[in-house]
Amino acid sequence: MATSQAQAQKLAEANPRTARAYGVFFAGWVVPGAGHFMERRWWRGLLVFAAVVVLFSCGLAMGGKVYSPNAGDVLDILGFFGDMGAAGLYALARIAGWGAAPVQIVVADYGTKFVVVAGLLNFIAAVDAHDIALGKKR
Amino acid sequence: MMMSHFTAVLIFAACVSVVFGITQRSETRAMVKYGLYCFGLFVVGTIAASWAMALIKR
Repeated sequence: MATSQAQAQKLAEANPRTARAYGVFFAGWVVPGAGHFMERRWWRGLLVFAAVVVLFSCGLAMGGKVYSPNAGDVLDILGFFGDMGAAGLYALARIAGWGAAPVQIVVADYGTKFVVVAGLLNFIAAVDAHDIALGKKR
Repeated sequence: MMMSHFTAVLIFAACVSVVFGITQRSETRAMVKYGLYCFGLFVVGTIAASWAMALIKR
């Protein structure tokens, strides 16, 4: 364990770009678009932020459910992982108690999907920012 | 918030297309083109599926 940590530290020191790329990914995961902002892709970051926040907010406004950590139904577990794709928004929703009401109408079910997809999109955007930081993408 | 199903589709398609365009292409022009392409596919696909389901129901 200690050896692998030392190796990881050596690798990070040898290639600071890699270590920074993980930071970019983490920032993008917590705050939508933050990874792109760190890479000075201002418009991309702004658009990612707007798209994810609008989708997440609309989902909540439609009465969508925010999944809590669970070990029950497989779809509920996957829904939780989807929601966690936008970690900052998920934490905000959980702290504020948004999305806790049971889903009773069709539009609310759509809202639940909106929230999950917002998380998944944010995850894709964070990976994209990571690729930019690594120089794999312009 | 109550909204029509079509409005929900438009919001969903717009947001998803923006992120797809940004993440799947490298050049700005290609991003815009791909985003518009995805948006069109979402909307046209939804309308086509809706008509198909309506016809099946009859």
